[in-house]
Amino acid sequence: MIDIVLIGLTRFIVGGEARWVGSLPEPRQRIYFANHASHLDTLLIWSALPRALRASTHPIAAADYWGRGSIRRHIALKVLNAVLVERALRGTPGAALAPLRGLLSDGQSLILFPEGTRGSDRLPGPFKSGLFWLAQEFPDVELVPTYLDNPSRAFPKGALLPVPISCTVRFGAPLATRAGEEKHEFLERAREAVGSLASYPIT
Amino acid sequence: MSLSDKLLILFAGICSLLALASLIGFALSRKITSGSSRATVDNLNARIKAWWVMVAIFALSFGLGKGATVVLFALTSFYTLREFVSLTPTRAADHLLLVGAFYVLLPLQYWLIWTDWYALFMILIPVYGFLLLPSLAALKGDAEQFLLRVSRIQWALMLTVYCISHAPALIMLDIPGYDGQGFLLLFFLITVAQLSDVMQYVFGKLMGKTKVAPVVSPSKTVEGLVGGGLSAVLAGAGLWWITPFSPVEAAAMALAIVAMGFFGGLALSAVKRSMGVKDWGTMISGHGGVLDRMDSLSFAAPVFFHLTRYFYT
Repeated sequence: MIDIVLIGLTRFIVGGEARWVGSLPEPRQRIYFANHASHLDTLLIWSALPRALRASTHPIAAADYWGRGSIRRHIALKVLNAVLVERALRGTPGAALAPLRGLLSDGQSLILFPEGTRGSDRLPGPFKSGLFWLAQEFPDVELVPTYLDNPSRAFPKGALLPVPISCTVRFGAPLATRAGEEKHEFLERAREAVGSLASYPIT
Repeated sequence: MSLSDKLLILFAGICSLLALASLIGFALSRKITSGSSRATVDNLNARIKAWWVMVAIFALSFGLGKGATVVLFALTSFYTLREFVSLTPTRAADHLLLVGAFYVLLPLQYWLIWTDWYALFMILIPVYGFLLLPSLAALKGDAEQFLLRVSRIQWALMLTVYCISHAPALIMLDIPGYDGQGFLLLFFLITVAQLSDVMQYVFGKLMGKTKVAPVVSPSKTVEGLVGGGLSAVLAGAGLWWITPFSPVEAAAMALAIVAMGFFGGLALSAVKRSMGVKDWGTMISGHGGVLDRMDSLSFAAPVFFHLTRYFYT
């Protein structure tokens, strides 16, 4: 019930239309990694996925926002199936990634914002290394670059409520793995894969 | 004949026209199976299908009465404003202006129609919106491109909220001997404006050669404009019996709607071109965005409203 209301509100205010430009909405185990510009981002990707995929896909959300207040926390944990992570822990990959590893071992999919914090530019900033470690450990999981267009305009940092500006969610072609690739090379390639979806022509 | 009898006849008429269009579309899709004409036929059928949905929505809101019709147009303004703002470059500092535009001015404008507050309805956006938006923007303390940013949002509000709201405002006009029949005036306006668009498209596709404004709007042709405009004026004259106008007056009113609709389509094509897009959105399949369907109506509604109010109330 709450999920229908949330999806309805998202569609009404910001649209959030899904464009599968490089991959298809298939039931495969994936990590969707996206640029991060607003608190709408988690909601946008979650509501852009077909219902069947939503159940097995878990957004990784910041505990200091989504864990605050009982309503928001309930929505994050019970409706969005999110995993709340403490940003402060992100410096030590072992501890912060533990719940993510657990989910991937269970065959679940993840939604990840590798920048770790909200940016205000059109193109994503540098990626943190979590995506690299997960890709190394779970080579069979598809890495799908995802670009969110406009959420920083609809709901900029510091704003109290979003305004109606259409956002789109573009899912690109899965990132191919390259044997022996260095961490920084991989992260840069992943970042470019997200950024290249930014200029995708509007059809 | 009562209001509901008239509306029933009118919507039955529209449905038979659409049924005819669907038949022609079906026949064309059987006959033309390849080539570039096929894309045109597919687009035509998508447009006809979308028309069925739009007519159903309007019939439903007319049937439910004034409240539903005001809400329907408020939603139309909401979606057209969203389309306009989405394509307009805005900055984080504009957030407060957009909050004011979407969550204060838009609902207030339609609430004024609902409560028949004519005087404030006329000046809310051109005067108070005009004063409120730069005040909010100045509070934010960002002076870069100040005038440009404020003007864009003011322009968007004038077009998508102020102008479009003049269509449902026809319901609040008090015309002697025409009590409670404002719905029919609204029907007249929408039918003439949309029929003009549709017939311009049909005549343009069938015999269009000479482009009116090749740079701004390559699809508009003189043949389409004359053929489409004339058919809409004739249809308007034929609808005189649902209006307070005589047949000749109805034709003149229809001509005003067609002329303003033409300029609306042209001016908004220029805006789209300046933004580097072909359509305002993707909400109505085959047509583009909501504003692609409302461009002519947004220019025609205020003029039709004023002409009717000046000469008939």
